[in-house]
Amino acid sequence: MIKEEYSSTENDITSAQIEHLEAVDSWGGASHSVSYVYRPATKEQLYEIFNLAQRSGRTVGLRGGGQSYGDAAMNSENILLDMRRMNRVLAWDPMTGIVRVEPGVTISQLWQYILEDGWWPPVVTGTSYTTIGGCAGMNVHGKNAYQVGPIGDHILEFDMMLLSGETITCSRQDNSDLFFAAIGGFGMLGIFTSITMQMKRVYSGYLDVFTQTQNNLDGMFEYFETYVDSSDYIVGWIDAFAKGSALGRGDVHRANYLPPGADLAPSQSLRLDNQHLSPNMFGVMPRSIVWLFMRPFMNNLGTSLVNRAKQISGYFGGSRQYRQTHAAFHFLLDYVPDWKNAYGSGGLIQYQPFIPKETAHDAFADILRLCQRRGILNYLTVFKRHRPDEFLMRHGLDGYSMAMDFRVTDARREPIEKLAFEMDEIVLAAGGRFYLAKDSTLRPAVAEAYLGKATIEKFKAVKRKYDPQDLLQTDLWRRIFADL
Amino acid sequence: MADSRTPAKRPLVTRPRAIVIGASSGVGAALTRRLVLSGYLVAAVARRQEMLEDLCTSINASLPTENNQVIWPYAHDVTNFEEIPDLFQEIVQTLGGLDLIVYAAAVQPAVGAQEFNFDKDRAMINTNLLGAIAWLNQAAVRFERARGGQIVGISSIAGERGRVAGPVYNTSKAGLNTYLEALRNRLSRRGVTVTTIKPGFVETRLLQNAAKTFWVISPEDAAKQIHTAIARRHQTVFIPKRWLVVGLIIRHIPSFIFRRLSF
Repeated sequence: MIKEEYSSTENDITSAQIEHLEAVDSWGGASHSVSYVYRPATKEQLYEIFNLAQRSGRTVGLRGGGQSYGDAAMNSENILLDMRRMNRVLAWDPMTGIVRVEPGVTISQLWQYILEDGWWPPVVTGTSYTTIGGCAGMNVHGKNAYQVGPIGDHILEFDMMLLSGETITCSRQDNSDLFFAAIGGFGMLGIFTSITMQMKRVYSGYLDVFTQTQNNLDGMFEYFETYVDSSDYIVGWIDAFAKGSALGRGDVHRANYLPPGADLAPSQSLRLDNQHLSPNMFGVMPRSIVWLFMRPFMNNLGTSLVNRAKQISGYFGGSRQYRQTHAAFHFLLDYVPDWKNAYGSGGLIQYQPFIPKETAHDAFADILRLCQRRGILNYLTVFKRHRPDEFLMRHGLDGYSMAMDFRVTDARREPIEKLAFEMDEIVLAAGGRFYLAKDSTLRPAVAEAYLGKATIEKFKAVKRKYDPQDLLQTDLWRRIFADL
Repeated sequence: MADSRTPAKRPLVTRPRAIVIGASSGVGAALTRRLVLSGYLVAAVARRQEMLEDLCTSINASLPTENNQVIWPYAHDVTNFEEIPDLFQEIVQTLGGLDLIVYAAAVQPAVGAQEFNFDKDRAMINTNLLGAIAWLNQAAVRFERARGGQIVGISSIAGERGRVAGPVYNTSKAGLNTYLEALRNRLSRRGVTVTTIKPGFVETRLLQNAAKTFWVISPEDAAKQIHTAIARRHQTVFIPKRWLVVGLIIRHIPSFIFRRLSF
């Protein structure tokens, strides 16, 4: 059946494709597109879609969980491969912690597959809906990026299907040019068909979590520098409304794995039943409707009140310590389903610059003040520590990142874009970098400035080698890199 | 594969994209100009290539110097029905998407009071009605799947009743009205707006063969009002508004009187 659908003849390309036309939005909901969406389940189907693309003169974009905030997984008016049907765990060895998965396996699927054997993915995103293929393509990081780097640092090898139909195996030794370019190569070189990764041993289903309120940016930085060596995870939440001496105030959460023996009944705490979130909040309110109650606070007044309340409660509460399950600590973004709906129909974008530790403090202070001057404040600001890595199109560096969520409305589109351009200047002057999974505003010249001409040329050379027809494209590729 | 490049380079600040069929003269040309000036990227489709190129040149000249193309000319005769599906696909890919389609193509040859000329009749049905169906069907399929978009048909007050002066012109516009109404009923539940524009007399080539004229407005005035109707996502609009009253009266004149009238 499926076979027939894909093997359309020359004459009915148009009608066959119309069947696949779908509206595809950016995760943040601020950009919209229409694409010919295909959902292959096997390599044979993938190959037939490549042929269809070549016959019909359309490019092919790749999409995993569709969690990229901007246009990284969109391919307007062209073919878009939703990879979520290639979602089998191909091999799992609970002795060594090495897992081999298809690209459509989600983080959610992965951790649930391995946790009861006492393992956890070394790098997870803030939502568990991302796929491993998407994570590898974007070389994502977690709240432990400063210790373990991005997910690419834990990928041992992968199989990649090229547009020619050939599949090649890449590792740090074999086809290493493709290995270092495809991880973080945002789907421009080939299609991951299997990814082999090393998981991390855990001795409990819990983490020891510490929270503390910081009164300003100095406090934030000091806390991070004090605890980076001794903590497994650190993440800061900044109140973008705080001004003057309180600029950059917020909460910090850090967490540590429990050492062997600290959890007396790990077989209990590692069980999936123990990890799963309750469907209700406060015991009564279904979590699926919580976003409705957040809706009235998604404006400058509402969020500043909420932030103020959190600051005051944190002030009286001081620092706290508690145990939390892995799932609850990591997947905060999943805790309130559809929370992005609280931002309204215009959606949101994220702006996340990465800045070296030497210049980060001043640059972030400048950025926070600039947003305040422009009257465009972000309602969620996440602060993280990173380390450099060896991938070609990396965003990681020895420094900090600040992820800022901006609510988009029709009236704010141009001002937000202008603000992003102004922030770009600060980031570039501070020697910073950008992260394509989050991006909606990067311009070619800025990309060239932070990546360097040589890096882009090198990436394009790899692309010419493995995708000579330039068949793999996305809206993001055309926006930033196609003309460079 | 650089040809599949979309013009949208700013995800936050995108420009809406439109196809105007029948863009080379009259209301179509004036509306094309207005759409471009208000920020649309427009594919201008028309039969007469030279007039189309003149239009593009004059529109480009009236714009501040910009690097990016904002208007794409396509020479096409709407009665070449079989080339429409591919052309539609090509245009949409070039524009990088589609938000609006306007069908403004129409012909009205001079028809004598007692003339029954099938060649002229067929030309009117082909251009005014079948061309519209061929083009707007394409847009309907796409907009339904995309869950949004706007379809605009430039019909006429002439479609309200069948009159002695123009049996088949009236028929073509009445057919268009009914087709658009049906599209609206099919698509409005899918987030698609279908707008029927019913102009009275507009100072265009079509008017040369109209018998008696009054309340004549310029194509620019008509385009301005149509643009407003598009922006407000209206359903059915008389241009100018006073024709609503005329339409209402004409529709309700009983046949035993209407068949004795001479217009």
